[in-house]
Amino acid sequence: MCQVGEDYAEPASEEPPPRQPGREQKCVKCKEGLPVVVIRAGDAFCRDCFKAFYIHKFRAVLGKNRLIFPGEKVLLAWSGGPSSSSMVWQVLEGLSRESAKRLRFVPGIVCIDEGAACGLSPEARAKTLAEMKLILQTVGFPWHVVALEEVFDLPPSVLRCFAQEPVETEGAYKAAVDSFLQQQHVLGAEGAGDSPSLAQGEEQLSWPCTQDPQNPQSPDRPPTAAQTEALSRLFDSVKTLTAKEELLQALRTHLILHVARTHGYSKVMTGDSCTRLAIKLMTSLALGRGAFLAWDTGFSDERHGDVVVVRPMREHTLKEVAFYNHLFAVPSVFTPALDTKAPEKASIHRLMEAFMLRLQDQFPSTVSTVYRTSEKLVKAPRDGCAASPPGPRCLLCMCALDIDTAGLCLPSPGCSEEGIGEWVLGFSSPLVPSAPLYLQTVPRLLGLRLPCICPRRSPPPHRPLHPAVLQGWGGCRAAVGGPGPVRGAALLSQGGPPSLRHRAAVLRLPREHEGLALPGPPATLHLGRGPAPQPEGLHRAADPGVPG
Amino acid sequence: MVPLFFQVLKPRLWTCPESSISLIHRPLPAKRAPPPPPALGPRAVCGACFCAAFEAEVLHTVVAGRLLPPGAVVAVGASGGKDSTVLAHVLQVLAPRLGISLRLVAVDEGIGGYRDAALAAVRRQAARWELPLTVVAYADLFGGWTMDAVARSTAGSGRSRACCTFCGVLRRRALEEGARLVGATHIVTGHNADDMAETVLMNFLRGDAARLARGGGLGSPGEGGALPRCRPLQLASQKEVVLYAHFRRLDYFSEECVYAPEAFRGHARHLLKLLEAARPSAVLDLVHSAERLALAPAARPPAPGACALLDGLNRGRPRLAIGKGRRGLDEAGPPRDGEPERAPAPEAVPAF
Repeated sequence: MCQVGEDYAEPASEEPPPRQPGREQKCVKCKEGLPVVVIRAGDAFCRDCFKAFYIHKFRAVLGKNRLIFPGEKVLLAWSGGPSSSSMVWQVLEGLSRESAKRLRFVPGIVCIDEGAACGLSPEARAKTLAEMKLILQTVGFPWHVVALEEVFDLPPSVLRCFAQEPVETEGAYKAAVDSFLQQQHVLGAEGAGDSPSLAQGEEQLSWPCTQDPQNPQSPDRPPTAAQTEALSRLFDSVKTLTAKEELLQALRTHLILHVARTHGYSKVMTGDSCTRLAIKLMTSLALGRGAFLAWDTGFSDERHGDVVVVRPMREHTLKEVAFYNHLFAVPSVFTPALDTKAPEKASIHRLMEAFMLRLQDQFPSTVSTVYRTSEKLVKAPRDGCAASPPGPRCLLCMCALDIDTAGLCLPSPGCSEEGIGEWVLGFSSPLVPSAPLYLQTVPRLLGLRLPCICPRRSPPPHRPLHPAVLQGWGGCRAAVGGPGPVRGAALLSQGGPPSLRHRAAVLRLPREHEGLALPGPPATLHLGRGPAPQPEGLHRAADPGVPG
Repeated sequence: MVPLFFQVLKPRLWTCPESSISLIHRPLPAKRAPPPPPALGPRAVCGACFCAAFEAEVLHTVVAGRLLPPGAVVAVGASGGKDSTVLAHVLQVLAPRLGISLRLVAVDEGIGGYRDAALAAVRRQAARWELPLTVVAYADLFGGWTMDAVARSTAGSGRSRACCTFCGVLRRRALEEGARLVGATHIVTGHNADDMAETVLMNFLRGDAARLARGGGLGSPGEGGALPRCRPLQLASQKEVVLYAHFRRLDYFSEECVYAPEAFRGHARHLLKLLEAARPSAVLDLVHSAERLALAPAARPPAPGACALLDGLNRGRPRLAIGKGRRGLDEAGPPRDGEPERAPAPEAVPAF
């Protein structure tokens, strides 16, 4: 939302540049219309051409990738912000076209009410929700409004990684189109001239709300005060804004996926714009997620297996989105986010956003340069890094762990039973009576299922002395946050000047390399977190045969 | 979180948790209850312990990464700045254990008012450690081109910050030549974690996919006949390097190059400082990200080598090799008199 303001701060953008009188300049496309918006330097578009350009971009992204099959149920993740609103309107527009160019998937909308995480009052939340529902009713797609508190009711199976079978997209797409056309033909013969999607549309309209006949216990009811309390306690226990953002992101994704799975949607569309993706890319980079950038910012994100996340707005810059919404009166809702009113230095996310937008001012190609670079990233692991597809996955982001053979996106340098136990206890304390099963599962699985570098309990990893292993990486480490009242979480958090963290292990190195041993301090300097690893464990773990 | 740096310098009396007595090493009794779990966050250590830990860390990086095999003759790229000074000092301490011998190689870029002072610092260090020092000058290697001349030549081309691009590529070549001159088998440079993090940020902001694809890792094995290079300090943050230099009372030259304020790197550096303040592990996270980036094989065009740059300079069109008009390189141009005769093929020079 800040970007909109930023765009408006340039007075010259909306009008043709003042040095050229408006009468002389014409739209660069049709050469006759009166230009109303300058997108790139020198490219002035008239209203109609801008609309055509914008819509074409949206459809071209979908058409180029051929991932959305005709007749498929697609869930649009709508936050109320400009980009996702614009996306919903694009879909609406695409479905109302004449039949040859109509989008042929079946949409639904999900929106997550994150008011509790942002500390909004119940009144403010109700007001926002009412605004959102008004828009949802205008749109007319089936919709699901889910409060963030419902993460407490999520089944642990959300964290399960569904099997991914490699799909041959090209052939599958053709087959799907054929069968769709066939079906349409049959229906067209039966029904009296009514096109099937119109019939579907009516069916949808008769089912406009989140009440699901199969699942009557998740109606559109407001979350209980206890749940809200639990959620704000959870977010309070996370100290830094960086960690809160990452945690919110993870919880939101899990909720959206859950809604998609329970209602049979196989694709989720998010409204990430080009500008947003460039910022996200740089943020992920700074959080150590270099191996997952292609998933985090690519067009399609298949890491969840059965539900694929796609980002159809990725070619639109925020500026284009803002002007489109302005010119064509696309409604959006302002919802305060976690970082609303936060100082610029409060989190990596905020910092990166401010930096990118400022640099974009000085060098107008910044966002597109970063975005184009991101297109060159591939999802396969880098040559020379471990490439075992069925390896363990991070429980929060569902990415394969990028630490060779043994490691965690949620690292556990001192992951002791106590720490994990305390973390679980922290959430299931009497203040939170309904045990958040799903949230408990994260640390529980962490302790029990995933390989752990704690030498007491698990087989030694192959490269224990690589600092990457001992430090642990990934934004998901950020997600469990800064040290809070919950000690287990704190154990997993960032701590200390980074490179001091593996010094404990380093100082134990001399046993391994007898001849190279430093005289100096005995092997007791333990500057890391958690209890000191057992020397013999590390000794056993150290495998000099594998190069760092 | 308070960085260690400030904790150590805190002007109160404290005891080192390692030695129990402030500033004096004392081995802990063999039978002693395990220390309580350390308080969250950093622990303050005394200077001696810090330096020992720092040296152990570099040793670990070199050994675990198999960067410098025993018997290697290692050319240390010495600029006189803190990074190379600390690197040379640490390697000198570790040299007997690693079984390597060291040579200092300094490059004289020919930047008036800056390089002379830095070279004086390098000479003092070489005398102190009794290491052989070799100085190679751009002027000798590249047919009379000094950085001052390059800066004058690029100044008129609109984007003056291009001169740092030249300097970087040429210095790489010069170091290679210097190392061969002293018979070295390996080259080490003093890049620290902050440098690498800046580089990855900068390459993304500039869209330099080729360098992103090659970057990361602790060094390059030396393809195409080049000497293997490595960066033993890559996992040490700048603060630690400065701290080590402080405790070891190293004499180094700490002024910025006169052309540096024009470099694009300044933006990345500024961003990195902000990121580090918001989240101290961001620096190492960036280094890790750089290691793990996977780029499509098609996205790896060759970066311009020193020869291409020199060719452009000699033809009076310095932007040829670095700008969009890279194609223009194929055009014939009048060769200058000072053309270096022994210039090897460009592919022999892998860029960073």
